[in-house]
Amino acid sequence: MSNISELTKGLWKENPVLRLLLGMCPALAVTTAVEYAVGMGLSATFVLLSSNVVVASLRNIIPAKTRLPCFIVIIATFVTIVDLVLNGFAHDIHKSLGIFIPLIVVNCVILGRAEAFASKRPVFDSFLDGLGMGLGFTLALVALASVREILGNGTWLGMSLTGGEFTPVLLFVLPPGAFISLGFLLAGMNVIEKRRQANG
Amino acid sequence: MSENRMILQSSPHARDRESVRKVMYTVTLALLPAVIAGTVFFGLRALLVMALSVVACLIFEGIAMKVSGKPVKETLLDGSAVITGLLVAMNLPSGLPLWMVVVGALVAIVLGKHVYGGLGNNPFNPALVARVFLLISFPTAMTAWPVPYGTDGVTAATPLGVLQMEGAAVALQSIPYYNLLIGNVGGCLGETSAIALLLGGIILLVRKVISWEIPVTFIATVLVFTTITWLVAPDKHINPLWHVLSGGVMLGAWFMATDMVTSPVSRKGMLLFGVGCGFFTCIIRLWAGYPEGVSFAILIMNGLVPLIDRYLAPTRFGARQATQGAKA
Repeated sequence: MSNISELTKGLWKENPVLRLLLGMCPALAVTTAVEYAVGMGLSATFVLLSSNVVVASLRNIIPAKTRLPCFIVIIATFVTIVDLVLNGFAHDIHKSLGIFIPLIVVNCVILGRAEAFASKRPVFDSFLDGLGMGLGFTLALVALASVREILGNGTWLGMSLTGGEFTPVLLFVLPPGAFISLGFLLAGMNVIEKRRQANG
Repeated sequence: MSENRMILQSSPHARDRESVRKVMYTVTLALLPAVIAGTVFFGLRALLVMALSVVACLIFEGIAMKVSGKPVKETLLDGSAVITGLLVAMNLPSGLPLWMVVVGALVAIVLGKHVYGGLGNNPFNPALVARVFLLISFPTAMTAWPVPYGTDGVTAATPLGVLQMEGAAVALQSIPYYNLLIGNVGGCLGETSAIALLLGGIILLVRKVISWEIPVTFIATVLVFTTITWLVAPDKHINPLWHVLSGGVMLGAWFMATDMVTSPVSRKGMLLFGVGCGFFTCIIRLWAGYPEGVSFAILIMNGLVPLIDRYLAPTRFGARQATQGAKA
């Protein structure tokens, strides 16, 4: 596998949210607005990238039997960094994301990549994998949040799209809307994949 | 190519000459009294909402069938989309903006039915899915109840709304039983007239489209539950007759809960289903934030139908003796 495919697989073919169905909790919970989705996506990308690199560099030192606690300690370190940095420099986003920032520690995308990829692969590959997966996660969150913010609030990234003419469908910013939108996004992905396979 | 002679399908296996189409048109006939009552009390606007909902449902049904590669013409003619459309409209206030009616039809057909694989596969009643979707999405528009015989834009609380806001004494005094019975009160355009819905329910029973278990246990449970609360605290809770005649109990018990696809197949299951619908309706009405709970109650019980069917399945022929023998 070439290096470039380690980067791009996370964007589409193995997109963590839309293909692997990992990280559902933040994907459903913080996608009420595009702004939060970007904040959550980039935070998770930073943690994923850093933890992948550290795990990959330490992969020959970490004992197999206690590898999960070791991964968690590494991940938690970076989550703490993100938590403090957001709290200091982007306080509003930090306040809206709330509990979901510390919860990045147990985000299964990050632990999953550490376990399945970084603990077995060289540092540079793990770096690319973390970057690709993180961006894929961010993309999926932004896609989901776009659907929900446009339909449920009539805005995109806080900009009004409808000029107040259209009564937003409140359901889409509520929890059921998250599940419904995610379902249709997944269905859409499956249709596109099927077509691609049929053609290719 | 070998011909496939083995028929695999889930229960019920009963065979009848009744076709989907015949059942659906009987239901339409049974809904007619309530349609007329709605039109009398809420005017041509109510008729417009019903017509639009039916047409929109037919169009979305056609599109959904086409997209999923199923025969379009047959399904459109079987009348199921017409019923769904009518039932969606019956669960809406007559003054609802028309585009919201169309959204309701879209939700009922696509989200309520076709994402699960079409007629016969939907776990939840499509019309109620649409109603709850609209109620959560547009809380203001969905609770603006036009006054019967009123002019455009004049709205008032439903009887249950009055009950929740002003208490039992005011509700009893301001809304006579006679008005509840004929439907001369605020509410969804098809739910207000208890007598018209009862008439429709009897048509369904006589034509054997539905059996008595679900509606009777539903209404009886509401009666029993509210009798108890009424006897315990008569000044706080209103009497059982008022509860049964108001809100969506009649529409829900006769037309929504009895939907063949989303209710249990066995008799015991139906009895339990009806009791559950009545129970949750009362819980929501008496202690929850919404004044009315029929649609939520039926949807909750819809969700439990697979469990009910599983644990209350009729005993297999010959199975009883074996289990008794094993126990002894």
